Amino acid sequence: MDDATETFYSVIRRQGITRRSFHKFCSVTAASLGLGSLTASNIAHALETKPRVPVIWLHGLECTCCSESFIRSAHPLIKDALLSMISLDYDDTIMAAAGHQAEAILEETRAKYKGRYVLAVEGNPPLKEGGMFCIDGGKPFVEKLRWMAEGAMAIIAWGTCASWGCVQAAKPNPTGAAPIDKVITDKPIIKVPGCPPIAEIMSGLVTFIVTFGKLPELDRQGRPSMFYSERIHDKCYRRSHFDAGQFVEEWDDRYARKGYCLYKMGCKGPTTYNACSAVRWNGGVSFPVQSGHGCLGCSEDGFWDKGSFYDRLTTIKQFGIEENADKIGMAAAGVLGLTVAAHAAVTAVKRLTHKPDRAAGKGKPS
Amino acid sequence: MLDRGKLLTADDAAPTDRSIGGGVAHVYAPVRLWHWANAAAILVLSLTGYLIGTGTPAMKGEASGNFLFGYIRFAHFAAGYVASVGFLLRIYWALMGNAHAIQIFCVPLWRGCFWREVYQEILWYAFLTGDPDRRPGHDRLAQLAMFFMFTQTITFMVVTGFALYGQGAGTDSWQYKVFGWLFSIWPNSQDVHTLHHLGLWVIVMFALVHIYAVIREDIISRRSFFSKKIG
Repeated sequence: MDDATETFYSVIRRQGITRRSFHKFCSVTAASLGLGSLTASNIAHALETKPRVPVIWLHGLECTCCSESFIRSAHPLIKDALLSMISLDYDDTIMAAAGHQAEAILEETRAKYKGRYVLAVEGNPPLKEGGMFCIDGGKPFVEKLRWMAEGAMAIIAWGTCASWGCVQAAKPNPTGAAPIDKVITDKPIIKVPGCPPIAEIMSGLVTFIVTFGKLPELDRQGRPSMFYSERIHDKCYRRSHFDAGQFVEEWDDRYARKGYCLYKMGCKGPTTYNACSAVRWNGGVSFPVQSGHGCLGCSEDGFWDKGSFYDRLTTIKQFGIEENADKIGMAAAGVLGLTVAAHAAVTAVKRLTHKPDRAAGKGKPS
Repeated sequence: MLDRGKLLTADDAAPTDRSIGGGVAHVYAPVRLWHWANAAAILVLSLTGYLIGTGTPAMKGEASGNFLFGYIRFAHFAAGYVASVGFLLRIYWALMGNAHAIQIFCVPLWRGCFWREVYQEILWYAFLTGDPDRRPGHDRLAQLAMFFMFTQTITFMVVTGFALYGQGAGTDSWQYKVFGWLFSIWPNSQDVHTLHHLGLWVIVMFALVHIYAVIREDIISRRSFFSKKIG
C-alpha cells in the first residue's frame, strides 16, 4: 500500500506465481468475461503495467456469504492472487490489522487515493434509530458508508443485501435496512446481486474494472449486463422440458427423477436475472436447478417477500389472508357470479310478478 | 339488426341517438369488427394465460417429441398481438370515428349530469325504480365499467404483457426497449407476473358483468320493443 506504483504483476510474482500460471489466469478470465482470445494479452498487459486499484471492502448488515463465495472463486489463481492483486487495503473479515490500526487504514486510503479507490460494500446499513442497529468502529455503519463513499471512484454493491436489501430488509424490516443506493446517490453503483453472487462474477467484475480502468456496461437495474442480461430460465438445461410441458408435480415423483422442469414446484428461474445456469457454481460443478431444486430468485429484489419458494404464484398479503392471484381472482369472480345470478333471479321474479307500465317502457332503441 | 345494434350499444356504451335509426350497422361496423376480434383474443388469452400460470399436466415421452407448453405460449403471444393491434386500431377509431367511439376512453366524471344519470341507473339496477326509461343511465354505468374495468385493464395488460414478453425476447429486443421501463417500477418481474395474473381476473369479472348486462338488456328491451310494436 505504501508503494502506489506497484503493479499487479509484481505482486503476483512476489507471491511465487509463475508467469505460465499468470497467463493461464489471463486466458481464463478473458474467456469467462466472454471476450476474444486476443483480450487475454490485453489483460496480461494491463496487469503488468497498471498500478493496483485500492479496494476498501466494508461490511454492514450481512452474513459474509459474499466473502465466502469470493474466496472460493474456482480458479486457484484467483484465490491465491486476486485477493492480493487488488490492493485490498481494508476488509475487516480477513485483514490482519484490528481496532485502531484498521480504522487508521481507512483514513489513510481515503486521503491518499481520494477519487481513485473502489468501495466494495457487503451488506447494507440499517437506517432506523439513526443507524444504531449496526455499529462499526464505534459509529453507525451508515455514517462510515457515507464517509467512505465520498472519496470513492465507484462503489460495488456485493450481493443482494447491498443491492436490494435481502433478508434484513424483508417485511416488516424492523431495523430499516436499506440497499446502499438509497443512501449513496451521487456515485456510480454496480449492483452484483445474488445470495451470494457467483464467485467468478465477483472476480470477473473486479478484473474488468482493473483491466479497462472503467466500469462495465450496466443494465437498467445497475447490474453488469455481461452477467445479468439473461434469466436463469433462458439458459436452463431443463428448458426443453418447459417448452414440452413436462413438469415435476411433487418432490421425488418420477418426473423429478427424470429431471423435468421445476416450474410447477415454484422455480423462480423465469423471473431471475443471474448467470447460474451459464457459469454455474463451485467451478462449474452444478447450480440449484441441476441439483433438483428450483431457483429461489435470490438475486431479485425482495425475494424473501414473494411468498413460498415453492409456489409459482406469489402470495398477496394485502388481502389479509395469504392467497395467490388465482385464489383471489377466482373468489372475486365467484362472488360476482353469484351476485349476477341473484340479480338475474330478482329480475326474473320482478318481470313475472310485476307488469311494467308498457306505455312508458321504451327500452333502449338502437 | 336492431338486436345486434343493442348488443353493440352496450359494447360501446354509447348513448344511442334515436335519429341514427337504420344507420346503426354502418355507424358501428368498425367497432363491431374490433369487438369480436377482441373477444376472441381475450378468450384465448385468458385460457392460455391461466395455463401458463399454473402449468400443464406432464406430457408423456421425450422432451424433443413434445411442444405443448410452447404452443400454449405461442397462442398466448399471438392472441396478445391481435388484442394489442386491435386496441391500437380502436384508439385510432376513437379519435377518427364518430362521437360515440371515444366513450370508453373518456368518461365525463366532472359533469354533474353524468353522476345524476349514474344515480338513476343504480336505482334501476337495484330495483328501486320501476321506470324502464333508463336509456342514458344505463349507458353511463356501462361506460364506467368499460373505462375502469376494460380500457384500463387492457392497457395495463398490454404494457405488462409486452414487458414480460421482452424478458423472454431478450434485453436487446424492441419489446424490452419499449416496455422495459416497467421493471424500474417493479424490479422483480415476479411482481409483474402477479399483477398480470390479477389483471386476467379483472377481465374475467368484466366479461361476467358485461355479458349478463347485455343479455338482460336484450331480453328486457325486446319485450318493451315488442310491446311497443304491438301497442
